[in-house]
Amino acid sequence: MSSAEIASILERHNRGYGGLIAILEEIQAQYGYLPQNVLQDVAEQTGRSLVDVYGVATFYRAFSLKPRGRHLISCCLGTACHVRGGPGIAEEISRQLGIQPGSNTDDMEFTFETVNCLGACALGPVVVVDGRYFPKVKPSAVKDIIEQAREGIGRIQIESDARVFPVEVSCARCNHSLMDQRHVIDGYPPIRVTVAFNNTHGRLLLSSLYGSYSVDSEFDIPPNTVVNMFCPHCHAELIGAANCGECGAPMVPMIVRGGGMVQICSRKGCKGHILDLGGSALS
Amino acid sequence: MISLTINGLPVTVDKGTTILEAAKFLGFPIPTLCHMDGLEPYGACRLCVVEIGEGNSARLVTSCTYRAEEGLKVRTASNRVLRARRMIIELLLGTCPQSKVIQDLASAHGVKRQRFKQEHEDCILCGLCVRMCKEQMAAKAIGFQGRGENRRIGTPFDIKSEVCRLCGGCIYVCPACQLRCTYNDPDKAVCGGCANLTPPCVEKEKFDDMMCYMSPCVACEIRKE
Repeated sequence: MSSAEIASILERHNRGYGGLIAILEEIQAQYGYLPQNVLQDVAEQTGRSLVDVYGVATFYRAFSLKPRGRHLISCCLGTACHVRGGPGIAEEISRQLGIQPGSNTDDMEFTFETVNCLGACALGPVVVVDGRYFPKVKPSAVKDIIEQAREGIGRIQIESDARVFPVEVSCARCNHSLMDQRHVIDGYPPIRVTVAFNNTHGRLLLSSLYGSYSVDSEFDIPPNTVVNMFCPHCHAELIGAANCGECGAPMVPMIVRGGGMVQICSRKGCKGHILDLGGSALS
Repeated sequence: MISLTINGLPVTVDKGTTILEAAKFLGFPIPTLCHMDGLEPYGACRLCVVEIGEGNSARLVTSCTYRAEEGLKVRTASNRVLRARRMIIELLLGTCPQSKVIQDLASAHGVKRQRFKQEHEDCILCGLCVRMCKEQMAAKAIGFQGRGENRRIGTPFDIKSEVCRLCGGCIYVCPACQLRCTYNDPDKAVCGGCANLTPPCVEKEKFDDMMCYMSPCVACEIRKE
């Protein structure tokens, strides 16, 4: 991570005192851990002492000063999980991965750590893999969880996941529907927009399932490219005032049928999005 | 101006004065460990506890951080305070049994037993060195890191600090790592030999392994003559 990237993160947090945890969180989200030279840069650029930055970074368990593997497995050993058999689960994960809690596998595929409470005591013993909670885990289920983690927990099972639902959207300018009835993505008609990037422009189909990130593009969009999206009917650019909370790229607003607004990040690969069904974002 | 009573004596102090300062003004002794004039009060060692309030609402607070309030009733040496203080000293002794500063406190407050496992740590986390480095030396070279039982003091990444000027201020104020007591009975840890005005070298057979901190030693000087 370059000083310029850190500078842009700091810029978003106003360089103000009190935003240190948010800054470190963002760096860790991009980098996986907090490298030494980055902490030194943060201290220098925020005008804080390195001692203070290091003190905060070591105080919270959420921050890691060591590189982490691709997947993070946290096993809860809080009181409730402990009496429901948490230590047995931790031991089983340890045995299957062949590593002790707090370390990485040699191929850097997994990081395994034990945590003290995840705040979901009624679901204990709890195992969290890359942000996904597995409740009431039995030792026999550990193998399956690790297998799922290896395949990628981010892939959403459309049939069974209640967080996924289809939305119908229209252009914020001409109010023409953006739904494309001639194609199907994830089993539903997708959202069709015209996309422009690097002197190329073409058709882009976005899954209309809220929570799914499946797309079908006429051209390959390189990762991290910020694209401009246009309404295929009135050709106005779909652009609002907001910036993505995850990466800072401009957000693309669309009107949701039935009231409200959905905004998606214009950066390829970024999953930042805002859904506002209250309609307050329209005013 | 704020009026309060300390051990029944009325006193009027400026706004923002701590109970500790007010008690000192009246001459009531309150033992302190992590307090030092010129450094921000921190309230880490809890040794300066006093009792405020009356009846069921009476509670213990650290006098070094508690600001005087109008009509406050403070007791600096009630039974409850003395008991709490002795317990704190005993706990501190358990952490750093070899600290002469804590040993002397134990003698002065009649702590004669040590019921806790001796940890032989080098640090009681009083934060004097951290505050010294930050406030008086303006270096910010050392600080707290970690949390809970892993909390400790050190330089970031445990490497030589670029901002440390090796002034030695941290060592100068440390109550734990300077002046080690090699007490005579390691299991008991509380001998009171340093503070009870019996120079260890006079009763050599009793305090065989003890170091003498008096230089020159009064007893030795007398014997020479």
